[in-house]
Amino acid sequence: MTLDDILTPRLGQALRPNVWDAVALILVIGAMVLIVYGGEQTTLPLSALDTSPVSLDPTNLPVYALRTTMRMLLAIVCSIIFTLIYATLAAKSRRAEMVLIPLLDILQSVPILGFLTFTVVFFLNLFPGQVFGAELACVFAIFTSQAWNMTFSLYQSIRNVPKDLEEASQSFHLSAWQRFWRLDVPFAMPGLIWNTMMSMSGGWFFVVASEAITVGNTTVTLPGIGSYVALGIQKQNLPAIGYAILAMLLVIIAYDQLMFRPVVAWADKFRFEQTASATAPSSWMLDLFRRTRALRALTYPFAALNKEVSNWHLAIPDGLRIPVRNGPPSRLIDAVWLVLVIGATGYAGWRAYQYMSATLGPSDVLAAVGYGLLTLARVIVLISLATLIWVPIGVWIGLRPKLAERVQPLAQFLAAFPANLAFPVFVVIIVRYSLNPNVWLSPLMILGTQWYILFNVIAGASAFPNDLREAAGSFHLKGWRWWVKVILPGIFPYYVTGAITASGGSWNASIVAEVASWGDTHLTAHGLGAYIASATEAGDFHRVVLGITVMCILVTLFNRLLWRPLYAFGERRLRLG
Amino acid sequence: MLDIAKDANLLDIRSVCRSFPKGSGEELLVLEKVDLTIHSGEIVGLLGRSGSGKSTLLRIIAGLIAPSSGDAKCRGETIVGPPNGVAMVFQSFALFPWLTVLQNVEMGLEALGVETTERRKRALAAIDLIGLDGFESAYPKELSGGMRQRVGFARALVVHPDLLLMDEPFSALDVLTAETLRTDLIDLWVEGRLPIKSILMVTHNIEEAVLMCDRILVFSSNPGRVAAEIKIDLTHPRNRLDPTFRQLVDNIYARMTQRAEPRAPSIEGIQGTGVGMILRHVSSNVLSGLIETLAAPPYDGHADLPVLAGHLQLEADDIFHLGESLQLLRFAQLSEGDLVLTDAGKRFANLETDARKKLFAEHLINYVPVMGLIRRVLDERPSHSAPAARFRNELEDYMAEDQADETLKTIVSWARYGELFAYDEQSETFSLENPH
Repeated sequence: MTLDDILTPRLGQALRPNVWDAVALILVIGAMVLIVYGGEQTTLPLSALDTSPVSLDPTNLPVYALRTTMRMLLAIVCSIIFTLIYATLAAKSRRAEMVLIPLLDILQSVPILGFLTFTVVFFLNLFPGQVFGAELACVFAIFTSQAWNMTFSLYQSIRNVPKDLEEASQSFHLSAWQRFWRLDVPFAMPGLIWNTMMSMSGGWFFVVASEAITVGNTTVTLPGIGSYVALGIQKQNLPAIGYAILAMLLVIIAYDQLMFRPVVAWADKFRFEQTASATAPSSWMLDLFRRTRALRALTYPFAALNKEVSNWHLAIPDGLRIPVRNGPPSRLIDAVWLVLVIGATGYAGWRAYQYMSATLGPSDVLAAVGYGLLTLARVIVLISLATLIWVPIGVWIGLRPKLAERVQPLAQFLAAFPANLAFPVFVVIIVRYSLNPNVWLSPLMILGTQWYILFNVIAGASAFPNDLREAAGSFHLKGWRWWVKVILPGIFPYYVTGAITASGGSWNASIVAEVASWGDTHLTAHGLGAYIASATEAGDFHRVVLGITVMCILVTLFNRLLWRPLYAFGERRLRLG
Repeated sequence: MLDIAKDANLLDIRSVCRSFPKGSGEELLVLEKVDLTIHSGEIVGLLGRSGSGKSTLLRIIAGLIAPSSGDAKCRGETIVGPPNGVAMVFQSFALFPWLTVLQNVEMGLEALGVETTERRKRALAAIDLIGLDGFESAYPKELSGGMRQRVGFARALVVHPDLLLMDEPFSALDVLTAETLRTDLIDLWVEGRLPIKSILMVTHNIEEAVLMCDRILVFSSNPGRVAAEIKIDLTHPRNRLDPTFRQLVDNIYARMTQRAEPRAPSIEGIQGTGVGMILRHVSSNVLSGLIETLAAPPYDGHADLPVLAGHLQLEADDIFHLGESLQLLRFAQLSEGDLVLTDAGKRFANLETDARKKLFAEHLINYVPVMGLIRRVLDERPSHSAPAARFRNELEDYMAEDQADETLKTIVSWARYGELFAYDEQSETFSLENPH
């Protein structure tokens, strides 16, 4: 069999299985077995965690990696379901939108790791004595790191469905349900998939962070790569950390090849462009499935089911149907709704105030704000440093297409890699050379998030129009003039996108980066992250709430006062083409 | 169907009005007391300028928007939501890019709950009829514009509608493709092979209307009203070079450029008066170019609009807009289907750049009230600057938000050319300072 035979299946061949069927079948069955095995483990009682504690034997790592991956997948399924409901509600109902969208905006800036405290307690109480509760808490933590940007993406897409397609589906009598699956979802698909994949990448960080948690007197250690590392830190076992990093690398490579790329390549057909683009994304995995005839037949029932479900005639009864828009909506109902919302907000604010003021005074608030400003200073310094380092490098790479093609996936990969796995390596160095933790713990905050700056700058530089480069060359623009007048404005919108992600991620990372330990040595940097982390460990919920609130406010202000205006400026003035 | 007995009128529109909210919150009337009846077996055209409300009327008939007042009935039943037996072809094709040709065509039938084998049979028949054989499994992005619109036709025909609505179906296509599609459609219609009873089409292309329709309703703008109804008795296939055909086209051109009726003291075509005049954005380069073209042979200051449109390869609608902008600035005069340069226009054609700018500025101040207003405000203020928002608010008392947008854009671009005042995009302010 020559390569040609594999790549271009001849027309008219019979429906007999080929070699690729066997390969793909093994992959599918393997995946199913793993999922079943992983699922069995979660129904055990909590005490089972103590009888079979996490061990540092590297042969256990594949199983741990599987458990970690299962949590990720479960979380992403939850996120997708949440997204479909929440975003649709926000996009279709004006009154729901008034509340849901600002809420989403705030949720996006809540430090997820600060959340863990409450969710662990909540879910453990929900399923007392079962591993399931702890698993759910972990899944929930990942979910909160994934859902918001996916929801925003779907909401934006549904709001921007082209008017003519909307009219066509109306005019051809599609029911609301049919329209949702035939128009809204397919139109939103490329953006939604991209955001889902980005969320998955970001999620590794949180799954690792939330597998081994201590809240007050309760310590939960779920078998997984994260808890393996936690144990490694406790036992001061550096080789174990190395094994964990290796396992994670393999998991992320597998995820990238077996899931990310096939899905992105498949979703290409949903791109809303009326012209065929020059380069479509490709994936060997997807090609494999498309070329294996028998395996493809396996997907037919799913396709049929999908078709059946999306065709349900779930028409709204005539009485409830909203008539064709005619005149402005009722102001009275608007007013009532507004009063309700304000009332509920006021009540919630009052309760929160009461809760916190019970034990905390103004001096505590001042202290928290002070710590917050320290962390803010760290974020600003780190983002500036990362900018100074990665922008020139990114530009240099991006302007060399061959190199960019190879480096770009690497940068994306590094962004997906949970940096917290590598923390111990740095901590060991800090301990060994007795460095000042206030300074030297800080870089950990940006360890995992700086890559967003790099790969966005590379993307921007690669997209920079060649004619502008040639024009700059022919007018002899060189040195700083070339940077300031030509390339920096050109990559600015891309840079801002990357920097927003990096700064948001750094805030989150501060909770795990400002405190670190190696065996019995504990290092703490002064900052809001350390404040929240230590309050969590002590089970001091009042201080946790205070810390999270302060961080929320700081992140929101930082976004509103700095990043948003920069983003708007970039979009308006510097977007090319 | 149930109502075959009262089927005499497919469509009955009685004194339908429709208004939209203006920027200031008040209502802007776009359709005023329109009557329209469609019988079985005719092709009716709605012809008018963009903004004359003809597309709005089509969407009322399609059940996509509701009339503000009046009565719209399809086969004797008041239209609430898209009526059964009406299908629509869109200007932009409105195909679902993630569905194949066959799936796109089947979509309307699926929504109606037609069972699978019947659905496939009818879809293939429609694809066959419209000349799409062999493209069943292609995705829209793989097709040319003409083929895409054929899918649009097949998708509409497959539901066997009584009334086929077409919203400028050929205007997004190139000249040759559009002509092929028109004649194919007319051939099928004449041969009685289309599973429909009547066609209602919206167009701003005068020749297209004369070529295809049995009856043309000419709309006037601001607000949209039926200004005239013209019956076309020519037999198909019609010949564009036939003198009767040419005569009809010329007549309609003349009718559409007639001087304003005395009831509104506005300049025909330009909506609104005084400061509330809605300005369409036309680049000063295009205006200069048109003046030069008009001044030069073979026109020597006087052009027949259909001829000029053909020469410049412009749609009737575009040439009207250009002509009206020149008329507003008193560089030319529109009358009876002709565009005639004024003395100022002839002078303009012979001037150098700086002198042209000066003359242009003079005319802006004298004949475009909002320009005079802004200049006055800037002169009076000690800072010689004013935020655009101040004028925007004033404009929105008269027009919708997007119209105010376009008017402001026009003001900025014309003022820059005439060097009347400057505009800073970042701070959104007008000022008298020009960078030196």
